[in-house]
Amino acid sequence: MAHTIPLSWYLAISAALFAMGALGVLIRRNPLIIFMSVELMLNAANLAFVAFARSFGVLTGQIFVFFVMTVSAAEVAVGLALIIIIFRNKHSIDVDLMNSLKG
Amino acid sequence: MNLTLILFIVLAAVAVASAIGLLVSRNTVYAALFLVLNFATVAVFYLLLGAPFIALAQVTIYAGAIMVLFLFVIMLLGADKLPRGQVLPWQRPMAIVLAAVLLAEAGLLLFQRLKLTAGLANPEASVNTTQALQTLGLALFSQYLLPFEVTSVLLLVAMVGVIVLTKKEKGEPG
Repeated sequence: MAHTIPLSWYLAISAALFAMGALGVLIRRNPLIIFMSVELMLNAANLAFVAFARSFGVLTGQIFVFFVMTVSAAEVAVGLALIIIIFRNKHSIDVDLMNSLKG
Repeated sequence: MNLTLILFIVLAAVAVASAIGLLVSRNTVYAALFLVLNFATVAVFYLLLGAPFIALAQVTIYAGAIMVLFLFVIMLLGADKLPRGQVLPWQRPMAIVLAAVLLAEAGLLLFQRLKLTAGLANPEASVNTTQALQTLGLALFSQYLLPFEVTSVLLLVAMVGVIVLTKKEKGEPG
């Protein structure tokens, strides 16, 4: 199957998804949804990496995407653990209540 | 209009629509399911770009492991029906303006810089998938062996950290 989609289209999709992730971080106040928006932004960056890797004919971009996925898995695990601890202490997870470092 | 183009347009529409769904849905579980849909469409984008390993890793790691973790926490906390707090009046318009500025900047950069490189979109007509997989594996285990091993240490640290963080002290109530 011949590949005919220009690189800039993939980059446009990537930019749109990234902007929506940023918007989600800004407008939502549920930390779980803020986390999901961060994942959306990481995913948009990954898409740009793979598109550039294809365009330049090198594999380095794909390898970097693999590492980004690993790091984001670790980040999600730690972040969700923190959310659980905050819920245990404050019995709520509204981001407005997380204004002090002391539990 | 060939098949790839139609597929691309449909996938792009689904990806953008599911991202909007993530932003507007009130129920956290629905938001998580919209995100799974988005990850799946991005995985098909990877397949279109000739990266089958990344596409399958996307499905297993993101749509599988990470989203299961998310859903587990949502249901553990009962966070799908949180009470709505009061909203700052200027927060939403401000956020929309900022996101629009970000998108405009990205678009401007894209179309300024890509005028030079728009022609080189695809140097090789088609990639031999098996050979590409072989090259990827060899590169991962030779040239990038040290970062690969470091990620395993990173995952171990994250795992130990999560266990320590969520462990209850002895005698601490519920």
